[in-house]
Amino acid sequence: MKSLILFMILLTLWLLMSGYYNNLLISLGIISCAFCVYVAKRGKIIDDEGLPIFFMPRLLNYLMWLFKEILMSNLATAKVIINGKVEPETFTVKASQVTDVAKVTYANSITLTPGTVTTKMQKNIFEVHALNSDFGNDVRTNEMDKKVTWLEGKK
Amino acid sequence: MELILDILTGICFFIASLSIIIGACGLIKLPDVFSRIHAAGMIDTAGSAFFILGMVFQTGWSLITVKLILIGVFIFFTSPVTSHVTANLARQKNILPVGKKIGKIL
Repeated sequence: MKSLILFMILLTLWLLMSGYYNNLLISLGIISCAFCVYVAKRGKIIDDEGLPIFFMPRLLNYLMWLFKEILMSNLATAKVIINGKVEPETFTVKASQVTDVAKVTYANSITLTPGTVTTKMQKNIFEVHALNSDFGNDVRTNEMDKKVTWLEGKK
Repeated sequence: MELILDILTGICFFIASLSIIIGACGLIKLPDVFSRIHAAGMIDTAGSAFFILGMVFQTGWSLITVKLILIGVFIFFTSPVTSHVTANLARQKNILPVGKKIGKIL
């Protein structure tokens, strides 16, 4: 089942990227996608971590929220750089996700919003560096943590 | 119609250039490596996103649009990883960030 989904994703990507639709190139695409799926299956990497399809139903909603956050924090970072009022702070937060891939999504979301960077992680504790206390408070309210846990959908 | 699209592209390119210039200033101005990563992150997200959005307005609906959006998606997934690797390497070399530390850090 998962191999079939991976095959469909790879084939869609091939068709979109190539742009040539004659028999030779499409059959070459099918052969190479099938070979990739075979290699992935042999390497046992087609699991929840390699292909996190349990994110899919709620992914669009989360991405919209993340884009809004990124835009807001870009504005705030630009303001801080122009004003020159930098008071960096380092602190730790706890991640409440279960699976590794959701933890990585949370850490990546923190890093993706300018003004906060995940510098280190141990099990489910992240060390976060923030440009000033406003950015730090945004992370410490755990709003993003709750959103990612909801995206994961295991609780 | 084409005029409106051209104007939208111009606005997007202006915002992107502005955020890249501010990010470059931040790279020079901010105090230490961890703070500079924030400025680089601004270039990665706002700069690239608005440039791609501006180009999408020019191509209209075609395969090139899909390819442009795919470029954006790949930057979106890889840029936080490079930021995190830079920060994590600095921490492994025992470089502590300037500024206050709240609670016990790892």
